Amino acid sequence: MFSTSITSEQFLKAIIETIQMVGVSLFVGSLLGVPLGILLVITRPGGVLENKGLYTVLNPVINIIRSLPFIILLVAIIPVTRAIVHTSIGTSAAIVPLIIYIAPYIARLVENSLLEVNPGILEAAEAMGATPLQVIWYFLLPEAIGSLILSLTTATIGLIGATAMAGTVGGGGVGDLAIVYGYQRFDKVVMVATVIILIILVQGIQSLGNTLARKIRRY
Amino acid sequence: MIELRDVYKTFTRKEVKIEALKGISLKVEKGDIFGVIGYSGAGKSTLIRLVNYLERPSEGQVLVEGHDLGAYSDKELRAAKKNIGMIFQHFNLLESKKVFDNVAIPLVLLKKNKAEIRKRVQELLEFVGLSDKAGSYPSELSGGQKQRVGIARALASNPSILLCDEATSALDPQTTRSILQLLKRINAEYNITVMIITHEMSVIQEICNKVAVMEEGRIIEQGSVLDVFGQPKHETTQNFVKTVIQNSMTTSVRRTLKAEHGSQLYKLNFAGESASEPVLYEIIRSYGVKVNILFANTTEIQETTLGTIIVQLQGDPSQIEAALDYMNKHEVRIEEVKSYVLDINHK
Ligand SMILES: Nc1ncnc2c1ncn2[C@@H]1O[C@H](COP(=O)(O)OP(=O)(O)OP(=O)(O)O)[C@@H](O)[C@H]1O
Ligand SMILES: [Mg+2]
Repeated sequence: MFSTSITSEQFLKAIIETIQMVGVSLFVGSLLGVPLGILLVITRPGGVLENKGLYTVLNPVINIIRSLPFIILLVAIIPVTRAIVHTSIGTSAAIVPLIIYIAPYIARLVENSLLEVNPGILEAAEAMGATPLQVIWYFLLPEAIGSLILSLTTATIGLIGATAMAGTVGGGGVGDLAIVYGYQRFDKVVMVATVIILIILVQGIQSLGNTLARKIRRY
Repeated sequence: MIELRDVYKTFTRKEVKIEALKGISLKVEKGDIFGVIGYSGAGKSTLIRLVNYLERPSEGQVLVEGHDLGAYSDKELRAAKKNIGMIFQHFNLLESKKVFDNVAIPLVLLKKNKAEIRKRVQELLEFVGLSDKAGSYPSELSGGQKQRVGIARALASNPSILLCDEATSALDPQTTRSILQLLKRINAEYNITVMIITHEMSVIQEICNKVAVMEEGRIIEQGSVLDVFGQPKHETTQNFVKTVIQNSMTTSVRRTLKAEHGSQLYKLNFAGESASEPVLYEIIRSYGVKVNILFANTTEIQETTLGTIIVQLQGDPSQIEAALDYMNKHEVRIEEVKSYVLDINHK
């Protein structure tokens, strides 16, 4: 009953792959998503750089991508993936859909965090004659930083879930392990072990995010 | 100096037009403490937000220090705003930054160097009496202290105008008084023109020299605080004045008066010099008029005493005539109080 067909090296490799996939797609996803989120907030009606055209394009595009379940996105964008990384299977192939999945999600989370900032503070900024960039840099972001950290924590956890699904295209990582050994070969030990690892990962990241946010939000 | 020339402001929300300001003209001179009072929705906030162009007029002009803000480019407008400080009802401080950094922000925007910022912020915190709070976060301060931080921040860029939108409305009466005294000091020591929005007549009474009363997007009465308090013309103004100066008889006095009809009542208004002269004594002594005092009150506004006495005069009609004439010459403003007015007021 406790016999298993995989080695601890395989397990370790899978964990590292998961962390790689999450890390890279979180990094690139934030690079895209954070500015997109800021853009959503400043171009919206009444924003500091109100731009109806840009906002009315950006907003639905983000909604459309967000409405696709990751598993469908994964398959649907295989041609794009192939064009970028010249393969449609393996870890690097999984990273492309992960980024496309997470960037709009981060954009929405960032948007929500920034919208929480007391509008009175932006009014004060405007009354001081701050430029739009100064409003973002000296008022909007500092006031939202705690909330932004929690948003990125949520995004990271979402990514961990998505990487597990990336296993279906042979993306590697813990999810792949669970499917190939746990599900297809009925290896209960692998199944339980992957679940435990995922729980530990999610818990760890959440408490890290909480601690960080609390440290920054001493006020 | 602030000047508004026939300003209109219309908001359009969901196809519905709201006329917040309907033809406002006013002039705030250098060194004034100018109060704008009105009930909720009168358009006060919209009015003050025009002065630093947080809101653009739909029609008309806003001139600050002689320049039409509408003629400025965005960049010029931002520069002009640095000459206009603003404080808010809910303070609008950055919760994520310490008191020091909150006050420093306008200087950071002006790209001042660190040493200069440090010096100026310390100076400002000392002025508002918060030197010991530089390292605190706004959440650790009381409302009054937060408003002091707001004031220090508004003064950081050395503005010539300070706008206050309901700056004391979230504070208790004692704290309100101390903030108003601080604003008075700012006006006197730095010769900063102050414009104050409020719905409390006591705020106007305490520090303003001029006042405009607003109702439904219009200014219904404006002038020196002394004049407006002394002779409020519009009903709304009278209601505001009543909240700080009692100038009518108590109900019980009225009740006894209603019984005995016929005798003539007068409201005598004294201001300044006339309030300290023994006028009543003179009319009793020289004209032999019987004086029955039904109500008396004095109030101090702008370091001038305003007095109101309601009297019943009894005697020979010619004597009464002469007595009224005498009082007129001594700058007592006389109003006949008609008995039907008593009934109306009685409701
Ligand atoms: N941004 C806006 N969009 C639409 N309508 C507005 C806007 N700002 C103000 N109004 C409307 O203009 C009118 C005047 O509002 P304003 O805030 O100037 O009143 P106020 O005298 O300051 O009232 P209060 O004492 O409640 O603060 C109100 O009817 C209000 O609903
Ligand atoms: Mg208001």
